[in-house]
Amino acid sequence: MDDMYREQILEHSKHPHNFGTLEEPSVSREEFNPLCGDRVRMDLQITDGVITDVRFSGRGCAISQASASLLTDELRGMKVEDAKVYRKEDLLELIGIPLAKNPVRLKCALLSLKALKAGLYGVGHIHDDDEEE
Amino acid sequence: MATLSTFDVLALRREFPILQQQVNGKPLAFLDSGASSQKPRCVIEALDDYYRRYNANVHRGVYKLSEEATFAYERARGKVARFIGASSKREVIFTRNTTEAINLVAYAWGGANIRAGDRILLTMMEHHSNIVPWQMLAQRTGATLDYIGIDAEGRLCLDDLEQKLTPGVKLLAVTQQSNVLGTINPVALLAERAHAVGAKILIDGAQSVPHMPVDVRALGCDFLAFSGHKMCGPTGIGVLWARREILEAMPPFLGGGSMIEVVDLESSTYAGVPARFEAGTPAIGEAIALGEACDFLAGIGMDSIFQHEQELLGHALDRLASVEGLHIIGPHTTEQRGAALSFTLEGVHPHDVAAILDGEGVAVRAGHHCTQPLHRFYDVPATTRASFYIYNTAEEVDRLAAGLEKARKLFQ
Repeated sequence: MDDMYREQILEHSKHPHNFGTLEEPSVSREEFNPLCGDRVRMDLQITDGVITDVRFSGRGCAISQASASLLTDELRGMKVEDAKVYRKEDLLELIGIPLAKNPVRLKCALLSLKALKAGLYGVGHIHDDDEEE
Repeated sequence: MATLSTFDVLALRREFPILQQQVNGKPLAFLDSGASSQKPRCVIEALDDYYRRYNANVHRGVYKLSEEATFAYERARGKVARFIGASSKREVIFTRNTTEAINLVAYAWGGANIRAGDRILLTMMEHHSNIVPWQMLAQRTGATLDYIGIDAEGRLCLDDLEQKLTPGVKLLAVTQQSNVLGTINPVALLAERAHAVGAKILIDGAQSVPHMPVDVRALGCDFLAFSGHKMCGPTGIGVLWARREILEAMPPFLGGGSMIEVVDLESSTYAGVPARFEAGTPAIGEAIALGEACDFLAGIGMDSIFQHEQELLGHALDRLASVEGLHIIGPHTTEQRGAALSFTLEGVHPHDVAAILDGEGVAVRAGHHCTQPLHRFYDVPATTRASFYIYNTAEEVDRLAAGLEKARKLFQ
């Protein structure tokens, strides 16, 4: 447990980066975790195939909020093509806490990425890789 | 069988092997019995004994093992019937769980009795398992749903009940104790009101049957659904109790083996009650072990169990009131309230609360507890819930409070 609430996670959850919404986002997508009722919405501004601005909003646990905060920092300036294939392993490395054996908290950590992918691919619903766990 | 002459909680705890362990280096304080209770040795042994010694299918063989299994399975039905005060063991139908029991009523009774324009009345504090089957029935039949409101403390609004429980309502489906609020509803009164307008009443007993004396005849209800695993029994076994004459008139739910009389190529005739509602091989060992759980609880005494939980609840309400920023969702006194305690802690998400408590060896539940409409009513996405049972102690309540203080400080 103590590994989970490291300073970086607490800091990002208390003072998240890029929190809010965009006025006229190119892409906006909200994802929902029915297990715990958490929501994360990702707003992206895209110009010439590049993410020029990004915001997230919603409510959730420290892990989901910190993860979204860290992800939005990564995304600013990233090409849409790169964002589309952004790997969950990369996000987990960024979060830097051991979640591999904790499928429930893994869903929290990956909620923002799920919103990003669903938004960029414009699909109705993205299945988690670990849905069956 | 373990029958305790007096209710010594420390002695009782020794009957639960799982409680003898450490979690994250601390003794396990299991405060999630509302989701599923732990199992005493006698229940585990009953299950083990069936599989080791007399495992065979029921109602079929003419050999010794099958006869023994059938005898034990049917004896368990009798134990369950006695436990809830049923007038006949034929009124007890084994299902997988509360959810399946409610679905059985929705399909079999609902299909035969609910028509377009009929109304089904629920409450705002129902578990999804006592909402969704009725929504599905309403969609199939053209019936409409309505919900009795609750007040800020989580009590049913009886004024709203008067408004909504009128002729045209065919069924009132209500929980006896909310799994989130802990509110105990006046189901005997509700049964009387329902019958006065010609409606049937189904009681979701998932959170009440394990924790308090429940007597179906005293309550005057028509259907009662509950689960084995929340009352010291195994998973995979639950109960639907219904009044004999209602069951006799009900068409089957699932078709298959055991529920038939004569099967022809085009059609079949069905078995009597309760076999008509138990298609296929049932959860034999689990039913037998549930019977054992009923004996175990009855041996302690449901009045004593309720009293023990009332004391824990009173202590918990006191201790949690002193945690800064903690808001209890549900009644703030022990009156007509069971020992499920949900709350929010300002600045700390329930998932984080639960994870921090887990680090202290305290197991609680975080989320919406399968009651999204109720959480929407209180405008919170999720809550943390501590739920107590026979084996919990005041010391565990103190550890819960200490863990909550820790969580609050970490997120300050």
